[in-house]
Amino acid sequence: MPKITYVEYTGTEREIELQSGFSVMQGAIDNSIVGIDADCGGACACATCHVYVDPRWLEKVGPQGSQEAALLDFAALAQPNSRLACQIKMDDQLDGLVVRLPEAQH
Amino acid sequence: MSTQTIQAAKVHADDIPLDQIDVGDPQLFQDGNFWPYFARLRREDPVHYCGKSAFGPYWSITKYKDIMQVDTNHAVFSSEGGISILDRPEEFRTPNFISMDPPKHDEQRKTVNPIVAPGNLARLEHLIRSRACAILDSLPVNETFDWVDRVSIELTTQMLATLFDFPQQDRRLLTYWSDAATAPIGPGGMFDTEEARLAELKNCLDYFTCLWNERVNAEPGSDLISMLAHSPATRNMGPKEFLGNLILLIVGGNDTTRNSITGGLLFLNENPDQYQKLRDDPGLITNMVSEIIRYQTPLAHMRRTALADAEIGGKLIKKGAKVVMWYISGNRDDEVIDNPNKFMIDRPRARQHLSFGFGIHRCVGNRLAELQLKILWEEALKRYPTIEVVGRPERVYSSFVHGYRSLPVRIPA
Repeated sequence: MPKITYVEYTGTEREIELQSGFSVMQGAIDNSIVGIDADCGGACACATCHVYVDPRWLEKVGPQGSQEAALLDFAALAQPNSRLACQIKMDDQLDGLVVRLPEAQH
Repeated sequence: MSTQTIQAAKVHADDIPLDQIDVGDPQLFQDGNFWPYFARLRREDPVHYCGKSAFGPYWSITKYKDIMQVDTNHAVFSSEGGISILDRPEEFRTPNFISMDPPKHDEQRKTVNPIVAPGNLARLEHLIRSRACAILDSLPVNETFDWVDRVSIELTTQMLATLFDFPQQDRRLLTYWSDAATAPIGPGGMFDTEEARLAELKNCLDYFTCLWNERVNAEPGSDLISMLAHSPATRNMGPKEFLGNLILLIVGGNDTTRNSITGGLLFLNENPDQYQKLRDDPGLITNMVSEIIRYQTPLAHMRRTALADAEIGGKLIKKGAKVVMWYISGNRDDEVIDNPNKFMIDRPRARQHLSFGFGIHRCVGNRLAELQLKILWEEALKRYPTIEVVGRPERVYSSFVHGYRSLPVRIPA
């Protein structure tokens, strides 16, 4: 199963196995990763599963979708490598993915 | 519709022909009798057309997933025609960013966004806690008092005055203007005519114009008025648009949290097992705050206008139609929320509710609202293991603001 590492805001790193087809948001919720709220449950409707994709993985993860970009446009701590974790689906290509969490979700 | 008992409302809601159901009637909300009507619509006609009402014809969207679909499709479901069921005559409309579509909405929203961003909330936390402590410490013991006036209004209005850097001694004006802005016109409301309402809101505009003039000539500050006065997106607003945005920020920062503070105490009293669970484990407060906000749904609806024909829940909504998303009903949809009529402070996935809306118009102050509720309950529990509700709440005459005028309570000696 592909692996993903979440780096919490405090610096704590958590590596978990995440089944292909599951979203990076779901992986965080199921493993109680601190710092993901996921208020809309994965509908790309709230921007509270905001993560920063490690620059080495940006190309493989791909760009923001249009609805996702509209929401991230209002996120207080957005950066060029910001994505919504509910919009990143795990697959073998992403084995080893690293994402960092912002200070808070807003 | 005249005042009726809850039992009579249940019978009436199940007997009335579907096409005569008008869930927008403010009387249903003041009486607290709207639940059985929404229950029937969710069951029998979840996307419902009301052809004739005091607000004109409108569609009601009553189920969670359908509401989500409308709320996230701002290209078809526009906010420009207004965001409540009530259509104001053109001359009384005050534009503001919640009633705009992109790109203007985006620019103005971004102007005020930093005040409720994580960094600023961390700075506000200490202030909120010290005020919550002072308010709670001042409450009388073994004596009936109004929780709305002494606690809910006090905490939220002090906060709002801080965000505007508005003189604290005049802060109750903010409460009054908030109520004035949302009250329906006519019997049961605060004003008989739109002219009378506008005359009062003109006082609000005049007061804030003085603050604007001070701030526009000063260095940019961190309060909302200074932010608006110095941002390229808002500094050239005309008086109507300034008033519109003021009302948006006053109502958004005031009514909503106020009514959730009141609702929370009422729900704990109605559910003594949950109150006991909270005393046993104050660590549940964060989760309880989300559950309070779901259960209260302090804004019962948001309204959109269809810019094109669209299909929702198998019904064809025609271009130009008024579409009302009933968050208060979607938050009780058992297809998405287990046992939705139960108030459960340890509910799993409590954050997944509709009260803040979804999509680009999602409540900008949601984290500040949650922070105020969390701190208030942390401090209340430390002082008073029980605060008793000793009478019925008086509810607001509105199908937009779902709230309370008063709630009599007593702290046992």
